[in-house]
Amino acid sequence: MSRIAAKFAALRQEGRGALVTYLQAFDPDRETYRAILHGLPAAGADIIEVGVPFTDPMADGPSIQKAGQRALKAGATAAGVLDLVRSLRTLDDTTPVVLMGYYNPILTYGVEAFCKDAASAGADGLIIVDVPPEEADEVEPHATANGLDLIRLIAPTTDEARLPRVLAATTGFIYYVAITGITGTRSADYASMAPTIAKLKRHTDLPVAIGFGIRSPAQAAEAAKAADGAVVGTALVDTLAASLDPEGRATPDTVTKVLAQVSSLAEAVRAARKVAA
Amino acid sequence: MNKPLPNSLRQGPDARGRFGDFGGRFVAETLMPLILEVEAAYEASKKDAAFQTEWRRLLTHYVGRPSPLWYAERLTTHLRKTAEPGKGAKVYFKRDELNHTGAHKINAVLGQILLAKKMGKTRIIAETGAGQHGVATATACALMDLPCVVYMGATDVERQQPNVFRMKLLGAEVVPVTSGAATLKDAMNEGLRDWVANVHDTYYCIGTVAGPHPYPAMVRDFQSVIGTEARAQMLEAEGRLPDVLVAAVGGGSNAMGLFFPFLDDKDVAMVGVEAAGRGLDTHEHAAALSRGRPGVLHGNRTYLLQDGDGQITEAHSISAGLDYPGVGPEHSWLHEIGRVQYVGATDEEALAAFQLCSRQEGIIPALEPAHALAHVIKAAPTMPAESIILMNLCGRGDKDIFTVAKHLGENI
Repeated sequence: MSRIAAKFAALRQEGRGALVTYLQAFDPDRETYRAILHGLPAAGADIIEVGVPFTDPMADGPSIQKAGQRALKAGATAAGVLDLVRSLRTLDDTTPVVLMGYYNPILTYGVEAFCKDAASAGADGLIIVDVPPEEADEVEPHATANGLDLIRLIAPTTDEARLPRVLAATTGFIYYVAITGITGTRSADYASMAPTIAKLKRHTDLPVAIGFGIRSPAQAAEAAKAADGAVVGTALVDTLAASLDPEGRATPDTVTKVLAQVSSLAEAVRAARKVAA
Repeated sequence: MNKPLPNSLRQGPDARGRFGDFGGRFVAETLMPLILEVEAAYEASKKDAAFQTEWRRLLTHYVGRPSPLWYAERLTTHLRKTAEPGKGAKVYFKRDELNHTGAHKINAVLGQILLAKKMGKTRIIAETGAGQHGVATATACALMDLPCVVYMGATDVERQQPNVFRMKLLGAEVVPVTSGAATLKDAMNEGLRDWVANVHDTYYCIGTVAGPHPYPAMVRDFQSVIGTEARAQMLEAEGRLPDVLVAAVGGGSNAMGLFFPFLDDKDVAMVGVEAAGRGLDTHEHAAALSRGRPGVLHGNRTYLLQDGDGQITEAHSISAGLDYPGVGPEHSWLHEIGRVQYVGATDEEALAAFQLCSRQEGIIPALEPAHALAHVIKAAPTMPAESIILMNLCGRGDKDIFTVAKHLGENI
């Protein structure tokens, strides 16, 4: 069983949803990010999304755009990101790691080589924002051959006619985008999403995590209860950004503040017991 | 690489929106259903006689089409002075700078805004570099009573002030974009972000033959009015087709519009002129085809300026309209199969051409077609005197006089 499947199975036993965290690798620099990454499992992250920086993140709001700029300035490369994942795996062999980013850096690395190296570094899945199912034929064989899940975003705009096609191209879990919009711009009423998720589940057995706009522990708890997990990204990136000095460099607070926020989110998610299905 | 060429080069794109390996629909899932909706609406509009009639009516009575074909006789004579005896091609201009709003952009904008209305969209967004596409979109929105938001890089807002003011006069909201280098690429990112957030009521009016399918094909089809007219006009004027077509290429819409109707005319050579900025062998240019390599950006696979890690690098050109690190996917395909030759013209060469055209022909060209003219200036004297060059003079230079004055050290 993959780490992702094992994690969701274990959480189902516990009767709770997953806290999925997103930060961008190399933000604000490699070693600070490494310290955060290494600290995430103990702080309560159930699944770790590692953002792979790109100059033109079309689906991201200002916070994550700036994170990407900091990361690239700090020397982020796809190979460097995989090295960080590899270093986590020397300490933690159970927390799933999902690489999330855009296609061009992967294309440049070589899709086959990237899938092979990502799997050997210890990554479990990929979210490639700008590769919809219609364009996935050049990625799928390599992801499958290397045991990587291809996690897909399903949006409020994904209609019933299109849903089966998107679901058929998804493995690992489904990332349900709660709003029509870019990351970190507005929030949804997560508690009211249970019927939407239930509708989705009529078409799939995959776990569903809700993301986009989740900022507070209460929102994370609501989303994790309505679905199988809550993704928090921009709120963590904002905390990280607020901890930096005026030149954008890490301060002694950076790692502790981000991990403290993860802990409070985790606490809320863990307290939100799911009603037995 | 030795695939036989298809019988016609005008069949693309395929059902996936590909021209050879290029094009496609590389967008986030939120946009995907909308892209498919635009495609379906566009396909339906092709067979919709009322839609076509209305678009043609606007082109004739609002834009002023057909634009003239002009034999640039003084320029031809001037260029023959430096040529060997018997050399010096005849130079013709397709005068799309005479269109309402001053450039070719309005051709595709009117088609797209009619489409948006047909789709029931009530809000229009656009990106713009030089401001020509923004002005054209703001114009069409004023005419059709639709709110319009134009994203424009802050750098471009600065260097294209006249067009910014024009857009405001026309009732559009101009949003300066400060991310990245604050030029056209960043404006396009911001346009896509707006669209993702407002899919229910908004139509994204893309200004060039790039972006996800169906935009490259749709914008090309609307702009093909340029080449279709020029082909007929040239047959009437000279009784034959031109030997070479020349057009500037940023995203490449004016060039695709001129080239497309001639693609199957095997004796017609074609040259696309990219902005070589401070030189193709410097880091400051916008020559995606000459110096880039294939990648994925803004919804399509195409040639891009990028570093060794697949990060997009900033383009540079004196011309805001060419200052883009990518190029339309059909150009990438035409480049790879060798149907079109792509060359560069530097900032300096474009500035010289800008001035020459003003004095020889009494036409102040935009800096974008000044790049095309810079190539004509090099090529014409090497060609036989009986040969014909047809260049797309796709925009007028009113918007550029401040930039040019600054480069010439004049205070205006």
